[in-house]
Amino acid sequence: MAAHLSYGRVNLNILREAARKELREFLDKCAGSKAIVWDEYLTGPFGLIAQYSLLKEHEVEKMFTLKSGRLPSADVKNIIFFVRPRLELMDIIAENVFSEDKMHSPRDFHILFVPRRSMLCEQRLKEQGVLASFINIDEYILDLIPYDGDLLSMEYESAFRECYLENDQTSLYHTAKGLMTLQALYGTIPQIYGKGECARHVANMMLRMKREFAGSQNQILPVFDTLLLLDRNVDLLTPLATQLTYEGLIDEIYGITNGYVKLPPEKFAQKKQGEASKDLPTEPKKLQLNSAEELYAEIRDKNFNAVGAALSKKAKIISAAFEERHNAKTVGEIKQFVSQLPHMQAARSSLANHTSIAELIKDITSTVCFWGHLGVCASLVSASEAFFDNLTVEQEFMTGVDTDKVNTYIEDCVAQKDPLIKILRLVSMQSVCNNGLKQKVLDYYKREILQTYGYEHILTLNNLEKAGLLKLQSSSRNNYPTIRKTLKLWMEDANEQNPNDISYVYSGYAPLSVRLTQVLARPGWRSIEEVLKMLPGPHFEERQQLPAGLHKKRQQGENRTTLVFFLGGVSYAEIAALRFLSQMEDSGMEYIIATTKLLNGTTWIKSLMDRPESQSS
Amino acid sequence: MMKNKADEEDYWNSSKFKAFTFDDEDDEFSRLKESKRAVNSIRPLVDEDDDEEEVEKVSWSGEPVGSISWSVNETAASNQRTDREPAFPKINTDTTSISKSHSGYSLSALFKGETHRCILGKDNTLSGDWSPEETVQRMQQGKAVSLEKFRSLQDKLLLLDYAVSAHDGNVITAPLWDLFVFPEVLFRELTDRQTALRHFIHYLTESKDQRLLLELLRYLPLSTPGLPLLQYKEHLGIADENKRRDFLKSCLSLPFSPEDSVHVEDHYTLLERQIIIEATDGHAERGGKQEIFQKFPRKASILNMPLITTLYYCCFYHYTESEGTYSSPLNIRQTFKLSEKQFFVTALAARAKLKAWPDVDALFTSRNWLGFTRKKSPLSFQRVVDVLHKNSAPTQVLQDYVALVDDAELRITLAQKHKCHDIVINTYRDLKDRQQLLGYRAKMARGSAEERKINELLNNSVRKKILSVSLPVCLSVCLCVCLSVCLPVCLSVCLPVSLTC
Repeated sequence: MAAHLSYGRVNLNILREAARKELREFLDKCAGSKAIVWDEYLTGPFGLIAQYSLLKEHEVEKMFTLKSGRLPSADVKNIIFFVRPRLELMDIIAENVFSEDKMHSPRDFHILFVPRRSMLCEQRLKEQGVLASFINIDEYILDLIPYDGDLLSMEYESAFRECYLENDQTSLYHTAKGLMTLQALYGTIPQIYGKGECARHVANMMLRMKREFAGSQNQILPVFDTLLLLDRNVDLLTPLATQLTYEGLIDEIYGITNGYVKLPPEKFAQKKQGEASKDLPTEPKKLQLNSAEELYAEIRDKNFNAVGAALSKKAKIISAAFEERHNAKTVGEIKQFVSQLPHMQAARSSLANHTSIAELIKDITSTVCFWGHLGVCASLVSASEAFFDNLTVEQEFMTGVDTDKVNTYIEDCVAQKDPLIKILRLVSMQSVCNNGLKQKVLDYYKREILQTYGYEHILTLNNLEKAGLLKLQSSSRNNYPTIRKTLKLWMEDANEQNPNDISYVYSGYAPLSVRLTQVLARPGWRSIEEVLKMLPGPHFEERQQLPAGLHKKRQQGENRTTLVFFLGGVSYAEIAALRFLSQMEDSGMEYIIATTKLLNGTTWIKSLMDRPESQSS
Repeated sequence: MMKNKADEEDYWNSSKFKAFTFDDEDDEFSRLKESKRAVNSIRPLVDEDDDEEEVEKVSWSGEPVGSISWSVNETAASNQRTDREPAFPKINTDTTSISKSHSGYSLSALFKGETHRCILGKDNTLSGDWSPEETVQRMQQGKAVSLEKFRSLQDKLLLLDYAVSAHDGNVITAPLWDLFVFPEVLFRELTDRQTALRHFIHYLTESKDQRLLLELLRYLPLSTPGLPLLQYKEHLGIADENKRRDFLKSCLSLPFSPEDSVHVEDHYTLLERQIIIEATDGHAERGGKQEIFQKFPRKASILNMPLITTLYYCCFYHYTESEGTYSSPLNIRQTFKLSEKQFFVTALAARAKLKAWPDVDALFTSRNWLGFTRKKSPLSFQRVVDVLHKNSAPTQVLQDYVALVDDAELRITLAQKHKCHDIVINTYRDLKDRQQLLGYRAKMARGSAEERKINELLNNSVRKKILSVSLPVCLSVCLCVCLSVCLPVCLSVCLPVSLTC
């Protein structure tokens, strides 16, 4: 099930196993048959830790989704609520407990808070008068969830918003806790680097927690050599740009949640000979995306322009393999062929799926966009043109062309009432690339947005200003060009087919965050002091003492391992760029990536909006 | 497997698919097609619906059978069917051997703290003599604490300050809640503690304690950053439009930044106006007197719509009203200081939707000082054509505007898209592109007027010569006249002449 987690440089399956063990221990605390009532949000992340079979082994007989009203009847001894510590969920639980049928044989109630208990929630239950009904209240410390062999995420959606808008650093506390867990499993990380306010906080908390646990020395040989903590607000630009890797585009267009993507079903209908065209399924096709799938691991990080070639190459290999059957003459040979069949079938269906997905992405080209006024009419401008125009404008901004003027493309998009998030993404990008907008330009955009989308969006605009995505240009000069040139953020000749630089992930733009990571490994941050000073927040270095005897003796040519932690989220394209660095022969460094949330420009801006749900048009 | 017998024979002996004889061209799309074709041509040897032991089962929705969310749905469904039988899905067990090994660490065992913990409360008999710092630490570690001993306000605040420095929201809110007994004191102290204040506001918002939140907002000094907007935000929760308007009016006096205060004022003015328009139009619609409401019934109320939508609505239903009324588009343009471009696009879309082509035409008409009319637009004519097309304007209307696109290339593309054949033909003629004309003729229907026109152009080589001579001559004559008379006259008179000859 989770074998792909152990293929990487660091065996992340250890973490998963620890999490599974914890879960079993909790389940065994509640003796007898059980039913679990799930906070629906949790089923996705939990799915990455355990299957139903594990729960079943521990006498979980039924599972329900948390809903107000009465609990469905189930002949079990225990009812366990798996919930996030949220007040509104406590009210639902209280309702459930109250409406429990007293006539029925009494059932025991338990709560498992994920990832932490909350005194406020317990207080709420007490106020509602149900706290005493719970035999067991516990917490399940699921901070970092392994997503892939080199990727961990907390899936803490509101982390960036809380840190920068609400000044609530709870997510940083959880981050530090998560890092302590990692260190307990993989050894103390001797070197910590960081850039940004939040990075500083996390490092401080980690050092403090280490002092508090000073009693027990960690005797594990360190797996990670370095930890790099990066604030998302050090690099606000990268997530705003449209990701151009295969995985990045899937996420941009369809959205990947908990490693799954939902796709329009038409292209996946299985055509079978002799069967008249079956009714097409209307339910979206759900696919799991991770490195357990050989083909996906191969193409996920490629620039989309190189995916077609890779797929057709793969098709050649597979069909050649199938052709082998003609050469199978002896019984032995046939047996050999047949034994390979399952693998070939899997490869074939994987190829079919990804060919369909690649087609879907290409197809975005022929669908139409919509005119937002009362009637809905098909537009002439095809989505592919829109996509291309959008990319052109992004690239102009990133190369610093006309960033100080009102952009006509943005203006036209507003006039057409394109989705607000798209507008906000572009305007923010222009602002970031110009180190703030001139008063006149900023006022103009704000007016246009408020008049077209509604005045209540003052709140959203205000949020973006607080987060630094939109800002007024201060008297100081625009330093983005300096940053761009020093860090080589724009590469004219990005090679999409056979990349030689990380800039291929955005077809020219090299993500700032990953450049910082790259420079840290070689030649070191001292070479870019000037630029680091221009970026927000302090940069720092800390060392953690290792007990004697745990110092690694490095073999000649052995790669070092760095854990890069993105505080506030990371995009798939950035992950692709880091994987590219790991694979470069002469880099000498392998990267494991951790984050508070996997995001893209759209989900990120959405998390910063005020009441985004009222903004579905 | 029986049914597949013949198929199988067939499969093993034939190679129906031509495997991969593609050129090495770099066209991505054709590559995708090829791999698609290849995939489809490889027929499964085994019916894929037959389960194979070692392959993980996946339901159509892609959820691996046996995954948690799948099982939640499954039990939910089975529960509807029967309430008794615990319906276990047939699950394949975890195949990895590691999962069986129950050794290794569990997460909580990593930090050997007490796992038992009591919650806060007055009845807590736990007494330890912990300093505020230790208390916060114990709270963070999930150990039992009692806040009882922090009796004096001073102590409570000290505890709060330590909690804030721990950055753990959970811990910060606890002493806050303990201070709750004296709201006035709490509010006063919070104004000096911005972080704690924000946590408290967040807590109140989350627990939906509107009353206390508003009380708190009223208490805080107006200079608190972000406060006016926080108060403004409250309007979103008011459903009744009149109450919402009054609330917005009360917001006008709040100390917003200069820019924001303009927007909030506009918001108030807009809603006030929408309420009036909604009342009047609702009445008119029910009365059945005004034709427009009968012909195009209103789809939704205009209340709380954005400004531009409101303008669109007014351009749709109230286009000809004089500037004096609230619903007049001109009045709206004035009041909210809309730019020419915004007004133009919206009016254009609204009138085109109604197919009021004379109105559309009039939007472009401007007269110069000699009284000649010209078509002018603050928008590129390409965008104009776009807007008109979206509102399904007929070709006759579209071609007038396509003809006004300056760039010949773009004009041809647009004309082809919208089937304005005359414009395509004329443009090729002016470009003297015989090849293109020939090519275009092939696309026209046999015997159509367009085909005849092209034939005429192609055959009449004499005319063609004249054409190529006449244009420069005509222009040079124009220029001479221009020098003596005046430029606008010359252009508007001569150009149409030279184009038609």
